[in-house]
Amino acid sequence: MQKITTPAKYDVLIIGAGVVGSAIARELSKFNLRIGVLEKNIDVGLECSSRNSGVIHSGIHYKPGTLRARVDVEGNSLMAHLCDELKVKYKYCGKLTVAQKKHEIPELQELYDQGCKNGVKNLKIINLAEMQKIQPGIQGTAALHSPTTGIVNPYALTIALAENAQANGANILLDHNVCGIKHDKNGFKVKCTNDTELSSKLLVNSAGLFSDKICRMLDIEEYKIYPCRGEYYVLDKRLEGSLKTLIYPVPGHDASGLGIHLTNTVDGNILIGPSNEYVNKCNNYDTTEKIMEQLRKEGRELLPGLSMADFIRSFSGLRPKQTPPEKGGFKDFVIEKRQDVPGFINLVGIESPGLTSAPAIAHMVRDFVAEDLHLERKNEFNGTRPDFSSHFNELSIDKKIALVAENPDYGEIVCRCEHITKKEVLDAIRNPLGARSIVSLKYRARIMMGRCQGGFCLPRLTHILETEYGKDVSNYIYNGLEGYLFTGRVRDTINN
Amino acid sequence: MKTEKRSIVVIGAGPAGLAAAIAAYNAGAEDILILERDTRLGGILNQCIHDGFGLHYFNEALSGPEYAQRFIDKLRDTSIEIRSDSMVLSLTSERVLEVSSSSGYSRIEAKSVILAMGCRERTAGAISLPGSRPAGIYTAGAAQNFVNMQNIMIGKRIVILGSGDIGLIMARRMTLEGAKVEEVLEIMPYSSGLPRNIQQCLNDYDIPLHLNTTVLQVHGRERLEGLTLAKVDEKHHPIESTKRYIQCDTLLLSVGLIPENELSRQANVNLHPITGGAYVNENLMTSTEGIFACGNVLHVHDLVDHVSEESELAGQSAVKYAAGKELKIDKEMIKLTPGNGVRYCLPHQISGKNDVIISLRVKEPNRNRHILIHENNHNIAKEKIVRLHPAEMLRINVKASNLKSCREIKVSIA
Repeated sequence: MQKITTPAKYDVLIIGAGVVGSAIARELSKFNLRIGVLEKNIDVGLECSSRNSGVIHSGIHYKPGTLRARVDVEGNSLMAHLCDELKVKYKYCGKLTVAQKKHEIPELQELYDQGCKNGVKNLKIINLAEMQKIQPGIQGTAALHSPTTGIVNPYALTIALAENAQANGANILLDHNVCGIKHDKNGFKVKCTNDTELSSKLLVNSAGLFSDKICRMLDIEEYKIYPCRGEYYVLDKRLEGSLKTLIYPVPGHDASGLGIHLTNTVDGNILIGPSNEYVNKCNNYDTTEKIMEQLRKEGRELLPGLSMADFIRSFSGLRPKQTPPEKGGFKDFVIEKRQDVPGFINLVGIESPGLTSAPAIAHMVRDFVAEDLHLERKNEFNGTRPDFSSHFNELSIDKKIALVAENPDYGEIVCRCEHITKKEVLDAIRNPLGARSIVSLKYRARIMMGRCQGGFCLPRLTHILETEYGKDVSNYIYNGLEGYLFTGRVRDTINN
Repeated sequence: MKTEKRSIVVIGAGPAGLAAAIAAYNAGAEDILILERDTRLGGILNQCIHDGFGLHYFNEALSGPEYAQRFIDKLRDTSIEIRSDSMVLSLTSERVLEVSSSSGYSRIEAKSVILAMGCRERTAGAISLPGSRPAGIYTAGAAQNFVNMQNIMIGKRIVILGSGDIGLIMARRMTLEGAKVEEVLEIMPYSSGLPRNIQQCLNDYDIPLHLNTTVLQVHGRERLEGLTLAKVDEKHHPIESTKRYIQCDTLLLSVGLIPENELSRQANVNLHPITGGAYVNENLMTSTEGIFACGNVLHVHDLVDHVSEESELAGQSAVKYAAGKELKIDKEMIKLTPGNGVRYCLPHQISGKNDVIISLRVKEPNRNRHILIHENNHNIAKEKIVRLHPAEMLRINVKASNLKSCREIKVSIA
């Protein structure tokens, strides 16, 4: 793990380095505050924040007057500037919510009215001919077109926020799993399973799936999180460009998700999903044959010409829902400053559209913090990431020639599917957070994320890791401290 | 930017690329360039340290690296230029390539291009393996690279899904290195690997092969802990009563190989839905003029000896095309398609003016059958085969004289 001397005293401690926790840390890092972020995993953004559709929602789906509607619409308008600053890829590609049958049209109208009330701009209900101008070949009776819907790489955004917060003085503490909190008039004492104890004046709960567990550590009993799983397929880049916009069905009234849809990713893949199924555990990221079969079927209906070989990977994510399975539907976000626990800023049930809302939630939390602490802007705050360049494969040939001439590591291609260079891999390995799992490298450099899923590049990556991490290959981990990739050297096995 | 002009460019220095380049040289070509993404020549042969290569081509049993070395040695006496550590990133139908290497990024235009990129392995994602996604799941070829090339041990208690040849070879290899290979699972009612490998890699080491069996669920959060398995019926649906759990820390996948045709697609090369490789004529020229394909990028082979033979033809054809000879067969061409019991056959277009070797694979195992090359009821060639197996590619010679006035011929099992 990273070697940071950890001061034990903080002004603000944030529990959870998902996209919301990281956005809060980055927002607060603009001020003269001592900020710590406690993340139980070995990297930021490994749960809800990386396992979703990556959509910047417009705000048509949420009841007017709710916090969800407010922070989503506000977050949507903040996202472009934030991504520009942090050099994170995004695109406002718009979305069609498609009514297949006539009886669904009134529901489109409801979504339209709701969106207008929420302040969503340029909404329009369009007919089939207009739909087909946007997405050739699409079928349906009518659709609600929301041009302000977009896509962003969710884990890239989370990583960028966390890294930028850290560059501006916040401490991102990985592998810090909170197991106990004491509160008195001086503030909070937070204990982690790795035996560290930290204190702070204010405490922010952005623990996502585990936010109810954190509440209970402070005797706040009224919240319960019900994990609701969504399974996805990732499609081969061969299909890049076939989807011009996002395509969603009209959601049912009591559904817990927005229905299975097709989503472009900013990197050129298409996602199919997510399904909607409550599970018992907050770490149950299994995929199931039943759902995958359903997704394959729906995928082939939505994208004719899809072949089995186009499904390159499946994954699942969990929604931290506040509504139990028997009830379904949605409950409003909890974004509150607790009166019973002074100094405790509590975020519960930040499911979809948590990604879109993160910048706006960060502003709300900043304002809560300003009520208790004096916020003084730091002159030296730098909101951009200076060393970041785009993926090599997206550059012009002239730029490629120049980069390879300048640094030969740009000429060495490690990943054949995505054309990821050794330089990009080295940048990921030497990441400022000190994250060192293979998944951390995947999320930073896109290595192993192509159609061969690492068959080619993992052996090559291992060569690079030997130089960077040392020759003891039994230390290399996939996605967790117990997730060892190798047992050791070949003849070690026999000797042992 | 500058564009380098070359006569013949070969993409890949595995067995196909090496044989094609040497054949091109022997056919009189002087300007041949091989682009290889690895540091070493020889491709996947380098990690195949077992023997059995070369029985047909050299009449002796060689290891993979030895087989490759025979061709690498031949290169020494030629003027063939080799650029290793160089990856081709794009190819156009006008045969313009972009190549990246640590010594520079460049553009090359070729008169003829030979595709010899080989194939890649089908992944866990591609077969939609249900359950969790922990560490410890490797494709057999990647595992072979770790164990044989990098001296890295990937696990101790191993299950292998799929009975492809690399999986079988790895079952023996891991056993020899002290791991316990619990079992090999195959969803089909027969092995997808060569019968000789079943004997030498499984039976000789008492490793059970379970046919009609597959993985229903992967268990383990960070590292693989076990698998739920079951027998399947004819439609590949799992039979509930046969469900069982097996503990293991590693799952190797040997579930098929996919010709690596991303560059070919960029160059508008038409691909065959069954082989995953290009449609080719008897000169091994693809649908894009001046682009030839051979070896595993054309169709997956089981014997490297056949790769070498096939690739020599591609090399010779590339020389002819670079010299300005018309190799397209449009007029009076004979179409070749699979008939009864045949999964695929190639070349897809034949002129009828030359003798031709037809490669094919059968759909299912059989004994004592004939391979028929025929036009309707008229037999063009007939060959008796004692043992037919989908894992074993068959090659049949057909004389030009027998193809006179044919239009559409089929290959069938009778």
